[in-house]
Amino acid sequence: MNNQRRNVLKSGTGAAVLGALAAAGIIKPGVALADWNKAAFEAKSMADTLKALGAGAPVESKDVQVTGPDIAENGAVVPVGVASSIAGTTMVAILVEKNPNALAASFTLPEGTEANVQTRVKMGQTSNVYALVKAGGKFYMATKEIKVTLGGCGG
Amino acid sequence: MSMNRREFLQVLAVAAAGGMSLHSEFAMAEKGAARLYDLPKFGNVSLLHITDCHAQLLPIYFREPSVNLGFGDQFGKVPHLVGDHLLKHFGFKPNSLEAHAFTYLNFEKAAQTYGKVGGFAHLATLVKRMKASRPGALLLDGGDTWQGSGTALWSNAQDMVDACKALGVDVMTLHWEATYGEERVKEIEEKDFAGHVDIVAQNIKTTDFGDPVFKPYVIKNINGVPVAIVGQAFPYTPIANPRWQIPNWSYGIQDDNMQAVVDEARAKGAQVVVVISHNGMDVDLKMASRVRGIDAIFGGHTHDGVPAPVVVRNAGGKTLVTNAGSNGKYLGVMDFDVKNGKVVDFRYKLLPVFANLLPADKAMQTLIDKARAPYLDKLGEKLAVTEGTLYRRGNFNGTFDQVIVDALLKVKDAEIAFSPGFRWGTSLLPGQDVLMEHVLDQTAITYPWTTVTMMTGETIKTVLEDVCDNLFNPDPYYQQGGDMVRVGGLQYTCDPTAKMGSRIQDMMLRGQRIDPKKTYKVAGWAPVSEEAKGAGEPIWEVVARYLRDIKTIKPIELNMPKLKGADKNPGIA
Repeated sequence: MNNQRRNVLKSGTGAAVLGALAAAGIIKPGVALADWNKAAFEAKSMADTLKALGAGAPVESKDVQVTGPDIAENGAVVPVGVASSIAGTTMVAILVEKNPNALAASFTLPEGTEANVQTRVKMGQTSNVYALVKAGGKFYMATKEIKVTLGGCGG
Repeated sequence: MSMNRREFLQVLAVAAAGGMSLHSEFAMAEKGAARLYDLPKFGNVSLLHITDCHAQLLPIYFREPSVNLGFGDQFGKVPHLVGDHLLKHFGFKPNSLEAHAFTYLNFEKAAQTYGKVGGFAHLATLVKRMKASRPGALLLDGGDTWQGSGTALWSNAQDMVDACKALGVDVMTLHWEATYGEERVKEIEEKDFAGHVDIVAQNIKTTDFGDPVFKPYVIKNINGVPVAIVGQAFPYTPIANPRWQIPNWSYGIQDDNMQAVVDEARAKGAQVVVVISHNGMDVDLKMASRVRGIDAIFGGHTHDGVPAPVVVRNAGGKTLVTNAGSNGKYLGVMDFDVKNGKVVDFRYKLLPVFANLLPADKAMQTLIDKARAPYLDKLGEKLAVTEGTLYRRGNFNGTFDQVIVDALLKVKDAEIAFSPGFRWGTSLLPGQDVLMEHVLDQTAITYPWTTVTMMTGETIKTVLEDVCDNLFNPDPYYQQGGDMVRVGGLQYTCDPTAKMGSRIQDMMLRGQRIDPKKTYKVAGWAPVSEEAKGAGEPIWEVVARYLRDIKTIKPIELNMPKLKGADKNPGIA
């Protein structure tokens, strides 16, 4: 997973890298080239977020993959990755359903960029994590449940 | 009770003459102890497997669970079979040696007849015999080897490290080992184990750049056949155990990486690929259905003594999944017949280690005695006598846990007590002295502190729901492999098949319903958060104080939750 992240950082150009850096807190979002969709990031629910992104009702797709741990080791920094093999993917977003603000990250991909991003998101509780992808004007998605537990009591 | 070998054989002879079924079975086993352990060699590649011995260097008693529930896809499947259901599935006769070795049935009487199990000196004898009949055989260790006894804790795992080298362990993977801290594990790998034991773990990476912390696998040549041994450490170590002990290591299940590692090993010429895994059996079974190219997964963690492998079909063919129990009680023996570059057939046997049937290996016994010598006074302190059987293993409270939560309630003057659902911990028979050593067998960890917390009823429910989901989530990848947290004071109903958040019902304290808004005084131990480091005195001191005071442990009434939807489950007696 982290190898992928390095590859993204090595091979990616433009907004994907800046987006990742923004998500990691290395550069301020305002500095990033990606459009700052204030309404989407401030939306509370999944439905409002999708609306603010103009995504309507995205179609579930096997060509979109969301990767992450089954159980988070540390809810404050949960590694989540999204890969899309849909041609002409121009946007990738990560949504955490149970977070106070569902939208955790949004990446704008210039043409010719491999749609493969990796970042870390904060999660307060067990939740479905959605990967939302825009390609050819249509929206697609995939989901994975990531569990956040109190810890202890194993073994 | 602790008769020597000769007295023991006399008893057997007398009993056999009397025609007692238990005794005569064992007398027959003894007559041909040869036969029990004289396993005909098969094939050309043999792998011996131990797991989860939890630092038990001496023979002990260990009661197998009477509650090991499985639901959904796991209902009625191995390893979720107990007692008669297990006997029936594997074709064992009631009251046989196997019935005692693999089930709780008739535990007290059978344990007195057959005697203790395990012990590294006896295990060493068996390993030597197997290695003698199987030239080139390797000994694999699934982990949870360095933790579980007073001597392992006080020697900072050194007694187990030395014993494993002497036993001839070739390759191992990890779980509780990590609770000695990153530096100690690396020190052992780089110094003590160098040139002797390989530590393998494909799923431990650094938290920063994802670099491997250990070798993902090793390839060993067995009688001309290249055999890859891949390691799968317990994926949830930083969650189930304190993260601060391994701040720079990240784990996880990592199917994709496992597939990449298996493919790489095959590409390098491995004709046999096996995994030593600390996933737990349900996770191993799921992983075997998803990853291609593994001949066998030798599993541990869930402490299931599984007599025969489960054969799992996947896109690449078939994978065998085993689980080799705990506490040094068994030795798994896998013989592969490898022809034309692949495994064509196999034989597997999980051999129970009966200390009375295997003479102690002298060199190993000397090593053990030497390791224990500095601590004998402390270990041997008699704290109490038990009138009933004391054990831990099972999905809910065991009798030894009941003693621990009772001690917490009394000593900490708490209303409710929690004790972790660990699966390790040895058993004691009625009439046995309870020594400090036995208390340490249940409690010896590197974060043993006791805590007293004011919790709201709502928080108490959240805690119980959280742990219950680790046990009963329908998807094994979301399970952590421990048992349910043991509870004192509080009664509840548990519906394992309900959704998370609805499994814990009707929580009652002294006949009163728990109020979500009210706060309660809750005692516990083994906190994983760094803030709780050094909290209250170690749990063994609390339990010891309680036992010295009560002197006799009366037969225990278990505080079992009322279970819903488990009536016809073959995973409960």
